[in-house]
Amino acid sequence: MRPELKKFKGFTLKKLPEYEGFAPGHRACQGCGTVLPLRLALKALGPNTIAVSATGCMEIISSPFPYTSWKIPWIHVAFENAASVASGIEAAIKVLRRKRKIRCKQKINIVVFAGDGATFDIGLQFLSGALERGHDFIYICLDNEAYMNTGVQRSAATPYGAHTTTSPAGTLIKGQTTWKKNLMGIVVAHNIPYAATASPAYPTDLMNKVKKAALVNGPAFIHVFSPCPTGWGCKGEDSILLAKLAVETKVFPLYEVIDGKYIVKRITKPKPVEEYLKLQRRFRHLTSEQIEYIQKRVDEEYEKLIKLAECFAPED
Amino acid sequence: MGKKIAKEVSIAIADAVAQCKVDVISAYPITPQTHIVEHLAELVNNGELDAEYIPVESEHAAMSACIGASAAGARTFTSTASQGLLLMYENLFIASALRLPIVMVIANRSISAPISIWNDHSDVMTIRDSGWIQTFAENGQEAVDLIYHAYKVAEKTLLPVAVNIDGFTLSHVIEPIELLDQDLVDKYIPPLRMKYKLDPKKPVSIGAIGIPEIYTEAKKAQDEALKASYKIIINAWRQFEKISGRKYQSVETYEMEDAEVALIIMGSLAETAMNAVDYLRRKGKKVGLVRFRLWRPFPLRDFIKSIGKVKALGVVDRAVSHCSTGGPVGIEVRSALYQSNKRPKVVNFIAGLSGRDVTKEDFIELFEKTYEALSKRLKVSYEIYGVKE
Repeated sequence: MRPELKKFKGFTLKKLPEYEGFAPGHRACQGCGTVLPLRLALKALGPNTIAVSATGCMEIISSPFPYTSWKIPWIHVAFENAASVASGIEAAIKVLRRKRKIRCKQKINIVVFAGDGATFDIGLQFLSGALERGHDFIYICLDNEAYMNTGVQRSAATPYGAHTTTSPAGTLIKGQTTWKKNLMGIVVAHNIPYAATASPAYPTDLMNKVKKAALVNGPAFIHVFSPCPTGWGCKGEDSILLAKLAVETKVFPLYEVIDGKYIVKRITKPKPVEEYLKLQRRFRHLTSEQIEYIQKRVDEEYEKLIKLAECFAPED
Repeated sequence: MGKKIAKEVSIAIADAVAQCKVDVISAYPITPQTHIVEHLAELVNNGELDAEYIPVESEHAAMSACIGASAAGARTFTSTASQGLLLMYENLFIASALRLPIVMVIANRSISAPISIWNDHSDVMTIRDSGWIQTFAENGQEAVDLIYHAYKVAEKTLLPVAVNIDGFTLSHVIEPIELLDQDLVDKYIPPLRMKYKLDPKKPVSIGAIGIPEIYTEAKKAQDEALKASYKIIINAWRQFEKISGRKYQSVETYEMEDAEVALIIMGSLAETAMNAVDYLRRKGKKVGLVRFRLWRPFPLRDFIKSIGKVKALGVVDRAVSHCSTGGPVGIEVRSALYQSNKRPKVVNFIAGLSGRDVTKEDFIELFEKTYEALSKRLKVSYEIYGVKE
């Protein structure tokens, strides 16, 4: 195990930090499954943190001037470049510490929050560059599976079959025609010390992963499943249920990759994907063949992950 | 006083940046900027400069990282040219609106297509509305002096500064250059202290949403800041003169006291143009030269004053503004004159695109063409000069 992680015992529901880094009163939709993991992440990170937002829902709901929800220093520059902005902040803090212009002894966490569009699509090069250069920062992708802020357009993270405004369920072509981009695969290929998937349905697990991401030296990446009632066409009160079902149906497996070693939360009694799909309007047009295809592909992808976990298991 | 040493201008620029004790350099290679960033990387890796060098994966990332570093309170530097400048375009507007004192050298070069690596001002003229302070060097010594000046001004105004040097004709030549002594640099450029920065002890939100109710006010405030920077720019040159003995002003003039006809130019071509002025003066022609050193904020009063009582102005642009009313400088000059009572004839030439030589003989011809404007009516608002048949 990484020496940085040895001392960390993990958060429990009984011992959650009282600290809140994200103030209420923001403008997120009812039942937003994106702002909740964001709040939990800041809770895990604590006040000694600098946040960078990519343009997107979380940026827009949190900062209508002169208001701000951010209790920590926060910057938003543009859509695609949050990872590069974080690179600059990290370099600045490193050199200013060396020159004794920053005298704070504790580690200052640098965390990026970016949506799936900003990560899977327009910002992929910037993310890759920052990971490759080895900056000590955390990149959290809050994936709600489409460009929700601009009105639900498809991204490379939109799942197969889903209706969006640019992958509409037409009479000829029925929703998104491609499978979700394997972002974790791309991230892991950069050989960074820590990568994980997380879900707001498993809050302490999510917070623990964020904390580990902060503790490791070097780049860390967390892919967070973030239900969006507005874009997905589900009930606001169902977003956590959907986040849970995504894990239980193997649609969104939870796992960590620490120094290339896989730790997967195994799903022994998986539920059929239909249970997850049927609660969302974006999937209501799916034919039984399409659902069958999704089930088959989900099973295959999960098997691949399990094989990876068997081949690259942690030693201790 | 420092000693004059023969140096490649790019190397001297990098040395000056290092003397300014830059904290973070973030750059992506592009011809003809490369020697500047290579030398900085060398200084960092040899332990001669205590800075972080971020070898980013694109110019967009270069400016993004500068923005991040600057917002965190670091003194930053980048350099680019041409397509690189265009790739970082959106960030330039953000850097100035966020009031970040970033310094950038642009080794001016043409833009594609056709792809061409040679010098003109096509790249920088695309960013004239970006809210950056923009200066243009004529020679190597000036390029270096403008670096010191840029940090002084950027950190006092909290605005980013772009120092323009002509690609190759300046960046790659070897000139005798005098660097300031380090103690003078330290005195001239005190350590950077930013009131608002990304500091967990004093959290601020930077880059918030500007709803229609406040966007206009935000832009007005930014415009006022750039306007107010003029005095700081001039004062910084005055202070620089005191420590270096080298005098700079916003608009440079040559033989303008009694000039009837003058050319207006920016950058290193002015050196050749001065030779043409000398030649024509010997022939008894009352010609002169005006050169913008400061381009943004536009030095309106200094410019109007600089042209004296000329009857005709020939503006030599080094970029095309396709089917506009002139080249970028030409448009600006005509507009500026309309804000004064002076009404000289204005002829606008576009010359020296993509490294095409503009010789002394060419300048003599441009002077002659400008003279013609005194007696003939202009048929076109601008002319692309030197097109081969």
